[in-house]
Amino acid sequence: MIKAILIFNNHGKPRLIRFYQYFAEDMQQQIIRETFHLVSKRDDNVCNFLEGGSLIGGSDYKLIYRHYATLYFVFCVDSSESELGILDLIQVFVETLDKCFENVCELDLIFHMDKVHYILQEVVMGGMVLETNMNEIVAQVELQNRMEKSEVNQVI
Amino acid sequence: MPAVSKGDGMRGLAVFISDIRNCKSKEAEIKRINKELANIRSKFKGDKALDGYSKKKYVCKLLFIFLLGHDIDFGHMEAVNLLSSNKYTEKQIGYLFISVLVNSNSELIRLINNAIKNDLSSRNPTFMCLALHCIANVGSREMAEAFAGEIPRILVAGDTMDSVKQSAALCLLRLYKTSPDLVLMGEWTSRVVHLLNDQHMGVVTAAISLITCLSQKNPDEFKTCVSLAVSRLSRIVSSASTDLQDYTYYFVPAPWLSCKLLRLLQCYPPPEDGAVKGRLVECLETILNKAQEPPKSKKVQHSNAKNAILFEAISLIIHYDSEPNLLVRACNQLGQFLQHRETNLRYLALESMCTLASSEFSHEAVKTHIETVINALKTERDVSVRQRAADLLYAMCDRSNAKQIVAEMLSYLETADYSIREEMVLKVAILAEKYAVDYSWYVDTILNLIRIAGDYVSEEVWYRVIQIVINRDDVQGYAAKTVFEALQAPACHENMVKVGGYILGEFGNLIAGDPRSSPLVQFNLLHSKFHLCSVPTRALLLSAYIKFINLFPETKSTIQEVLRSDSQIRNSDVELQQRAVEYLKLSSIASTDVLATVLEEMPPFPERESSILAKLKKKKGPGAVSVNELEEGKREGGELNGGGERGDNSAIAASNASTPSPSADLLGLRTGPPVTAAAPSAGSLLVDVFSEAGVNDDGFLSSAPPSVVSEDPATPLPESNELLNKFVCKNNGVLFENQLLQIGIKSEYRQNLGRMYLFYGNKTSVQFITFTTTVTCPGELQSQLNVQSKPVEPLIEGGAQVQQVINIECLTDFSDAPLLNIKFRYGGALQNLTLKLPVTINKFFQPTEMASHDFFQRWKQLSLPQQEAQKIFKANHAMDTEVLKAKLLGLGMALLENVDPNPENFVCAGVIQTKAQQVGSLLRLEPNAQAQMYRLTVRSSKDTVSKRLCELLAEQF
Repeated sequence: MIKAILIFNNHGKPRLIRFYQYFAEDMQQQIIRETFHLVSKRDDNVCNFLEGGSLIGGSDYKLIYRHYATLYFVFCVDSSESELGILDLIQVFVETLDKCFENVCELDLIFHMDKVHYILQEVVMGGMVLETNMNEIVAQVELQNRMEKSEVNQVI
Repeated sequence: MPAVSKGDGMRGLAVFISDIRNCKSKEAEIKRINKELANIRSKFKGDKALDGYSKKKYVCKLLFIFLLGHDIDFGHMEAVNLLSSNKYTEKQIGYLFISVLVNSNSELIRLINNAIKNDLSSRNPTFMCLALHCIANVGSREMAEAFAGEIPRILVAGDTMDSVKQSAALCLLRLYKTSPDLVLMGEWTSRVVHLLNDQHMGVVTAAISLITCLSQKNPDEFKTCVSLAVSRLSRIVSSASTDLQDYTYYFVPAPWLSCKLLRLLQCYPPPEDGAVKGRLVECLETILNKAQEPPKSKKVQHSNAKNAILFEAISLIIHYDSEPNLLVRACNQLGQFLQHRETNLRYLALESMCTLASSEFSHEAVKTHIETVINALKTERDVSVRQRAADLLYAMCDRSNAKQIVAEMLSYLETADYSIREEMVLKVAILAEKYAVDYSWYVDTILNLIRIAGDYVSEEVWYRVIQIVINRDDVQGYAAKTVFEALQAPACHENMVKVGGYILGEFGNLIAGDPRSSPLVQFNLLHSKFHLCSVPTRALLLSAYIKFINLFPETKSTIQEVLRSDSQIRNSDVELQQRAVEYLKLSSIASTDVLATVLEEMPPFPERESSILAKLKKKKGPGAVSVNELEEGKREGGELNGGGERGDNSAIAASNASTPSPSADLLGLRTGPPVTAAAPSAGSLLVDVFSEAGVNDDGFLSSAPPSVVSEDPATPLPESNELLNKFVCKNNGVLFENQLLQIGIKSEYRQNLGRMYLFYGNKTSVQFITFTTTVTCPGELQSQLNVQSKPVEPLIEGGAQVQQVINIECLTDFSDAPLLNIKFRYGGALQNLTLKLPVTINKFFQPTEMASHDFFQRWKQLSLPQQEAQKIFKANHAMDTEVLKAKLLGLGMALLENVDPNPENFVCAGVIQTKAQQVGSLLRLEPNAQAQMYRLTVRSSKDTVSKRLCELLAEQF
């Protein structure tokens, strides 16, 4: 199960946080800080898996992450997930963002946090993988977009 | 065209975000946020009804503020309102807010459930998906109660859209995880299993997560999934890279689904049906073959996806552990990965090989990679990978390579990362003990360990070496000689001094014949370290000295001189002073015979589970060290100590080891506390647990009929009141702990409802059977509290932990605490103990903020004499303002600043929520630092509440 998905930038500023297991707000903040601390001090060409986070789930807990330009995408998972599979999933999510936003950058995530959430919801639901087919995901997002547009048009 | 419309967003939101980004300092940012929060709050509270768009905008702003790390304590109601909007975007943001900022506030949940119900029955697939998402993300019990019946129907209905099916599958999975008792699969089982055959790969992907979870819990009912999974897998594996179109990821057909299928198969033993098995073996072989083919793309995503499947296939092969041919191929494949240029693959190969090492078919094959693994330990740049290499070395170690592996680990320790040193030390200690053929090697290894990584050598490690030396005659002389040499180093670690002091005190005579280590030389060497050591070590050395007087009468006058010196006999530390006085007296009045009896060599230690193994296990968490391994450790340990009965607890061992001279007690000279306070409290607790509580001792005096006894099945432990008091101002922590069992507690309260999670941890390596717990409300508490506990698993494996949920409803105010009775069998003996559950009236407080004027007005209104309770008492803890504040906040009331004219005083206000009524309470605590006293006054609208609060609080400060 995916316990949490954290996206933060190189300075540790959170850009998206999504917890699939309940943690109180202050604990969430602590987890973000700890995770950033663990991930940010690692070189770029070491491995993408990491243990040692103490705050979620004890020993059955791994951080799987990818670093893209200014952003870290970190998935906190338990041992029921395949490590390489999660790496693929991060890639699928990022490629989808890139398609939806056209050359996604950090600013897109900041100003369209809600949209990023909606896209993520098409990939992961309640901590489990919902869909891995990028075309299907993009199709769902486009459908949402059309509904949004039609509402705007109604108002006008 | 981008799928996301960037232009049509909410302008106000974009402006706000830009403002925040333009803030030059953290303070400016906080100021801007507070301004915005005030604005939103006033908009929400205002008279003018907000339109959907504004609500959406404000809710979105709140989400953004939350992301920045600020608590959001309002807006939930507006979000709930948005759920019933018929505009998609408004509904969508409402659900998002609820999912991210879930608050199990029961009234809201009811409203949310209503909205979900409407959307589920709307037949609009997009709305249904939103609702299912919300259930899956919140997953509360109330939601399970409302929807667990409906969702399986949606999942298997023929006319449900694929995207809804996907969501329904994962939604059901979430509900099953939170409330398995409410999700009844029965009639749906076969149709859910057949989702594995669904045309739509997305549906299969979602369904397989559900099926895997259900299979783990009910393997028999779901075992038909095996053949379906095998045929699905076979179809994917044999398809060309273009067959599956969209589900082909970088030329690999459906990698995600393949991994999940292979995981599902790991829930079951190898298929019994020959045809199915043959097909599966074929699949596994194909996967292994594909690994050798040239890659179809140079992209890392291609090799990742391919290898994700390969690693899962290898896991399945290891899980079956029955096909020697496949096992060896798997091992060779991993061997290739050990030297791969991708760090991720090296990491995963080391990890998989660790499990492979425990299979009898492949253990030898794994061992052939020893040089590569040692090399990885030395040269990998990434600590995660080095850690895996150390784990693998530990797993592949056996008698044939123990010396080499231990030597490599020792040399690695000198440069190892701080984060893994302690674990490495434990591993070296365990391997050295487990595979010691000659004990001089063992002693050398442990002393080296102390020399290299003394700071990381825990007590358990040096206790253990002493236990082993004492139990084995053949190594004592060698040990004495080796520690003597080790102590000659100009700087040696304090742990070395401890071991040296203990061993020379016992066996120094074995090397005294050599003039280079004559008694006086030994003594002077030990004493030269004395002043550099901490108090416990000095205490140990003093005991070694008195043992010297017995072993070597010629050292008596020198040692007496030392004991008599002011720095000993007038030492400011009570323990050291007492030892010096007593030992001096003992050496001067006791005859040699008495002295020889009292200071006799320590008897062999009874055999027990290696405390080091227990420690490693604890460090790694349950599951990391298998029970097998522990058992094995025990067996090996038994051999090593020449057998002997087990059953002691290691805390007592520890106290023996660190208090090397029980002699002082024998004479009854000693009155002070022992050096290590580890044992006594645990010891006395044990007595309580082992005695069958409830059997009344005064049976022959008691004239009460037996029914009285059954009404009160057990008397709580004497210390349970104290345990209860520990939790008055906090909700989480360890409620109880003894040698066998640890009970942790986590609780949360809202209004008059509470939920408590109890975690029962088995600290031993043996399973607890017929584990039952009962919660009772004695006497009138029955009518005051409604307590419901879910049953717990009757079996707790060694080292495992089970959880129990207890729901509490406060009907009216109360003073007693519910009783928790725990019964289980451990190694045949029935254990029975009763504790008080830390449910106290203050848990149901709602804090109430009020201004000074209001406070005193309320205070005056509560002026009836019985409404007030007052206590004046002495401070039990330091009167630290911050600590006091924290405790008062933990109590659950609002701590009111600037209310009391005297700034030293604390005042609080709160309302206790019970089902029957609300009880307003005010509190005033007046510390008097000079007298170290407090005056505590509580006033509330109900006399029993004032009294109880006063009692509870008087114990806290």
